[in-house]
Amino acid sequence: MLDANKTIQLSHGGGGKEMDQLIKSLFFKAFDNPILRAEEDAAKLQLSGPVAFTTDSFTVSPLFFAGGNIGKLAIAGTVNDLAMMGAQPEYLSCSFIIEEGFSIANLKIIVESMAEELQQSGARIVCGDTKVVPRGCADGLFINTTGIGRIIMPNISTKNLSADDVIIVSRDIGRHGAAILMAREGLELESDLTSDCASLWPMVEQLIAANIPIHAMRDATRGGLAAVLNEWAKASNVGINLIEKEIPIADEVKGLCELFGFEAHDLANEGTFVIALPREAADGAVEILQRYGHCEKACIIGNVVETHLGKVVLTTPWGSHRYLDLPQGELLPRIC
Amino acid sequence: MCLSVPSQVVSIHDDASVTVDTMGVKRRVSSHLMSEPLAIGDYVLIHIGFVMNKIDHDDAQQSLALYQEIVASMNEHGE
Amino acid sequence: MQLTDLYQGFRDPATIHSLATEIKKLASGLDTDVNIMEVCGGHTHTIMKYGLLQLLPENIKFIHGPGCPVCVMPKERIDHAIALANQPNVILVSLGDMIRVPGSTGSLANHRAKGCDIRPIYDPLDTLKIAEDNPNKTVIFFAIGFETSTPMTAALIEQAEQQGVNNLLFHINHVLVPPAIDAVMAEKNAKVNAFIGPAHVSVISGAKIYQAAVDQYSTPVVVSGFEPVDVMQSILSIVKQKSANEAKLEVQYTRSVTFDGNVHAQQLVNRYFELRDEFRWRGLGPIAKSALKLKDEFIQRDAEHHFKSVLPTEPIDDHKACQCGDILRGLASPKECKVFGRGCSPQTPLGSCMVSSEGACNAYYRYGEIPHA
Repeated sequence: MLDANKTIQLSHGGGGKEMDQLIKSLFFKAFDNPILRAEEDAAKLQLSGPVAFTTDSFTVSPLFFAGGNIGKLAIAGTVNDLAMMGAQPEYLSCSFIIEEGFSIANLKIIVESMAEELQQSGARIVCGDTKVVPRGCADGLFINTTGIGRIIMPNISTKNLSADDVIIVSRDIGRHGAAILMAREGLELESDLTSDCASLWPMVEQLIAANIPIHAMRDATRGGLAAVLNEWAKASNVGINLIEKEIPIADEVKGLCELFGFEAHDLANEGTFVIALPREAADGAVEILQRYGHCEKACIIGNVVETHLGKVVLTTPWGSHRYLDLPQGELLPRIC
Repeated sequence: MCLSVPSQVVSIHDDASVTVDTMGVKRRVSSHLMSEPLAIGDYVLIHIGFVMNKIDHDDAQQSLALYQEIVASMNEHGE
Repeated sequence: MQLTDLYQGFRDPATIHSLATEIKKLASGLDTDVNIMEVCGGHTHTIMKYGLLQLLPENIKFIHGPGCPVCVMPKERIDHAIALANQPNVILVSLGDMIRVPGSTGSLANHRAKGCDIRPIYDPLDTLKIAEDNPNKTVIFFAIGFETSTPMTAALIEQAEQQGVNNLLFHINHVLVPPAIDAVMAEKNAKVNAFIGPAHVSVISGAKIYQAAVDQYSTPVVVSGFEPVDVMQSILSIVKQKSANEAKLEVQYTRSVTFDGNVHAQQLVNRYFELRDEFRWRGLGPIAKSALKLKDEFIQRDAEHHFKSVLPTEPIDDHKACQCGDILRGLASPKECKVFGRGCSPQTPLGSCMVSSEGACNAYYRYGEIPHA
């Protein structure tokens, strides 16, 4: 039995009895499924048709923040990459790089969060790896997850925006970046704000089931809303107009931005996504999204145009216009 | 650098510091630069971790009322 | 009144439009251009971010002033910071944007990546904790800022004295607004004929510090708040003065600025600091009595004194192509600089005006105007 009062030792990565015990009593127990139980050198999968394949490494600091932890993030992040391609998240791999001395109790909390998060999408971890590195060689814990899923709605692409499209956002922006900023040591802030970290497949599944014609879809992770929309404008060679007063932002995120001089549209999200789709389908999509708990703020925030190609323009509540550029430099390091 | 925004005092501590709330985000800041004591509910300006001054509540309200008058008179003149 | 009214009320679109309409009406009766210098970088930011230039008539122009403490820091002072950070057993502490400003061997951020212990902070009092936690090291606070930030450094010195934290030293680069205004007006090509006075410098110093400029140069000075309504109302006041051929000191930001300011904070500053004979400002050159240093009785806390032997003394000129100097003097606009956006960007800044979030070049780059759509 793994003692929750103890810490991870180098032997837990050594390939021997201690590692076996760690894997079986913690990882296998939490992620249990038949493929994992088969304990082969590699997972055997049956795949047919177009498949989406993605990978992400998670180095977030701090490991625990309001609304989640590195484990929840690792699952939601990879599940979302697949969902954003119109693919059903099915199989994940999971690699842990653990620093010697890491608390087993904390590892348990993280792993249990991962199991819980997997249930949101139905994806399963079917293979993995465990390494333990000496003290100082990793910052507590790094996780890599790689994911595979069948593409159910093909033709979603950053290059597909067209001039009659509108842009929808699924909820209020900037929460994850703001939550991480708050959790960082030395800032000593208190607020009710939580990260938006969440698996998006359930929402996407509903949109696909309703035959919503999605041209482009992306979760607004590093670089926030500004990064996604600029990428789309360039890839599709269109212009995007955004109406600033339509963009939903929670008061606490606004407050943090005022305090530190950030813009909410530059802050990362881990459970908020944007869609580009034809105008006539937009109201239906918004209605579907609003049915979900944390998507009641889903709304149209802008539209696609054939002027200022490759650029995003923000219209302020005062009727003036300015470019919304990519955020510069490392706004906040290691947010995911 | 000058990112001073109005905040409201929500609690007073006995070490020359107060906790302020700025749109739901609370922080503890120093009141070292204030000669007059602060009260809960005061509106203040914060700069790099210090209270700089107390905002004149009445003056702000008068300003806002004045703006409403300006807007109203513009609307009357059809501008 | 709700806290949100203190924001939203001063950002109300209808108010902004009404003020813009009045400004246009009055300005149409003027026979010369109004060239307003907003001294403070925060105001440059407001003007650019809210697109206020698009709401104003052609005969009202803005000339951006040197009110960005990072932007006016000459390279040799940044090299001081780097030299100090490279000393054994030194922890260099500084606020925000300073970390990314290029000196002659890179920025503090570059040197941190090479192993120097350099710590950016949001709150000067955190420096005290760093010094207490590291009794065997020398902690140096690289102090920058105009009158707004000087009292905070003074408070830090006072706490260090009172608590006997003796491993905390200071490198003082605090500068003053009125001498900068004088330097701008001394420029023979000066076109500035009105000023928008800084918001938060004035909260501390009081509006009184601008009376001399009003009297000497017969220019209106209106002390403005940071919100777009504040700035528009201040512009309106300036235009009204111009229409009546007046030059007065006015405070628009009455909810926070008084004539005398925060006297207690001023006294704290006077307890620990005195005027330096001369300080070299980037772009403006040496200006007499424009900056502060620690009083002699606190010389034991003065890093410039302790580390004199390792601090470079040669003034260093800017990159040849960089026009920050002219921009700070109000002689050029960021877009007139040949390297603006071509080699000089917030990611690869050639000069301080691009690095600091209050720099004119940075504001223009981030909020680059476009014509009405």
